[in-house]
Amino acid sequence: MTYNVGDAVAVGIIEETPIAVVAEGEAAKKIEGHSPWVLAWRRLRRDRAAMISLAVIVLIVAMAVFASVIAAILGHGVYQQFRGPSPAGLSPTGQPVGPGSTFWLGTDDQGRDIFVRIAYGARVSLFVGVVATAVTVFGGLVIGLAAGYFGGIVDSLLARFMDWLLAVPFLLLAISLISVVNVHPIGPLKPGLPVVITVLGFFGWAAVGRIVRGQVLSIREKEYIEAARALGARPWRIMFIDILPNLLAPLIVYSTLLIPATIVGEASLSFLGVGILPPTADWGEMINNSQNYYLYGSWWYLVFPSLALLITTLAFNIFGDGVRDAFDPRGDLFV
Amino acid sequence: MARFLIRRSLQGLFVLWLMTVTVFLIFFVGPGPGFAARVLAGRNATAIQVAAVSHRLFLDRPIYVQYAHFLGLTGGQGLLQGNLGHDYYHSESVNTVLKAAFPITLSLVLGAAVLWLAMGLASGIVSAVKTRSLWDRTFTTLALTFYSMPTFVLGLLLILGLYYEFTIHHIGIFPAPGTWVSFTHNPIKWAQALLLPWITLALVQAATYTRLTRGSMLDVFGEDYIRTARSKGMSERRLILRHNLRSALTPVLTQFGLDVGVLIGGVVITESVFGLPGLGYTAVNAINQQDLPVVIGVVIVASAGVIIANLIVDIFYAVLDPRVRLH
Repeated sequence: MTYNVGDAVAVGIIEETPIAVVAEGEAAKKIEGHSPWVLAWRRLRRDRAAMISLAVIVLIVAMAVFASVIAAILGHGVYQQFRGPSPAGLSPTGQPVGPGSTFWLGTDDQGRDIFVRIAYGARVSLFVGVVATAVTVFGGLVIGLAAGYFGGIVDSLLARFMDWLLAVPFLLLAISLISVVNVHPIGPLKPGLPVVITVLGFFGWAAVGRIVRGQVLSIREKEYIEAARALGARPWRIMFIDILPNLLAPLIVYSTLLIPATIVGEASLSFLGVGILPPTADWGEMINNSQNYYLYGSWWYLVFPSLALLITTLAFNIFGDGVRDAFDPRGDLFV
Repeated sequence: MARFLIRRSLQGLFVLWLMTVTVFLIFFVGPGPGFAARVLAGRNATAIQVAAVSHRLFLDRPIYVQYAHFLGLTGGQGLLQGNLGHDYYHSESVNTVLKAAFPITLSLVLGAAVLWLAMGLASGIVSAVKTRSLWDRTFTTLALTFYSMPTFVLGLLLILGLYYEFTIHHIGIFPAPGTWVSFTHNPIKWAQALLLPWITLALVQAATYTRLTRGSMLDVFGEDYIRTARSKGMSERRLILRHNLRSALTPVLTQFGLDVGVLIGGVVITESVFGLPGLGYTAVNAINQQDLPVVIGVVIVASAGVIIANLIVDIFYAVLDPRVRLH
């Protein structure tokens, strides 16, 4: 019986459908065989820290999905500036208002509700975190597979390019590129989300590519690959059908740990003023803006977006550690 | 060894050259040249004045002529003569700009490096030796928290929690962010001004080292030769210090070399948070003004840092581990 790998990991419904091997004779004893995916999922479920962090991640996702509902219930739009007297989003001297019954987490310098903006900001963080990670991993996977499998000149060229990318002062080039695009869009590279995701993906794939390439170099020497080649399988078939499944576990672990790093990357760019552009609600951008206010009493403007960012990255990192331990309890799969 | 050094140096120079081309291209496809000329000529400048500024800065020539000018092939002083050109706004030599910014970044990185290595190693060793103890759990949790903490969040929260709180209570330990005093001018004020940036950078970095040291030592504890040494009755202290740490430290020191190499080229975020005019801060400002010569200068220094650090780590590896041969 074959398992649908994705289902096993994502839903865990296969738990109760083991392969049963019934031995002969009276003392017939059930020996259960489980695929590594089922075992990993069971280990993950027993990991309390990972499950708590998963719950936190679900909460953050819910906050992002229902951001507009939160805004509607509170009656505070994400761009709505409460400059008037009732409800007063700015103090008489024009400063942000602290946390209270109207504005739960206070307001920002424009008199906007920080809680609502944090909820909307979760959308940007999660979207960039997931999409840029997917781009990074997919790019690294395809290029790493090609480099490792074809070898020769293809490999040396791609490996050199990866070395170059890894030696690049990432943040400096990223800011340069984005600041140029922000004034002067280049084709599909538009300011905001598209350029941020592109830049994070472009500077990120080489690390994945290097890992994949290393794994492929050892796998392609195995006998079953030789057998596949002898049977006349084409390179792309060997790469994606025969080699790829061996890489899935490390890639899943790597992706889970890459998401928080990508979220921090996006927030850092926005903090430096080149990522997500105002007035879009974004955690990094809010923290950047708060710099002119938090030393004048408006601590909430800095603290709450910071906490949102920290809780998110922490939850993803703990969960990622759990996923790694679940796939690799002895710690020898991912070096 | 000599051949290895020559080959790697040539490769390094090639990468550096590639960087200059990359940055040139990035700024050329964008608004860079025109933007700088317009800003420099002033708000009320006529088109003729803008054109004159453009001409003076070589911005109106084709890109390859500009690049040749930058390299110093057109008769002037250029990169080949060791001259990085002049910044667009103050006509200051980029070499001078970099020389002013470099000590600031260096002070920040070296001070933080001492701190983070000490913190990371100490907590990592304790965690590995007393696995699953309360200390291990505390350090592992702290490491994960700081590992997840974006640098700017930690820096700003430290400013709020320490600088702000101390200052409003009239305890002047920390000078205002943005203060920079050179070491030769006043070493105590130098350290005071750098204290919070050091702590910020060190805590974020140390997290990686705690995890790395712990993992690496636990790996070595699983090796056969450790079991042999233990069964011969070697004392636990000697076992840890002489046998385990020695091989466990290799990956940690490798990481250390690479990290210092990356940071020496500009600690963009930490410098921005604390307003320290080091290389990273200078670069961010230059990028915002599309001041191409300064950006290229910082990118060259930053890339050189990474390349040299990689080289040193490789040599260090060969010295430490006789099985590794350089070729």
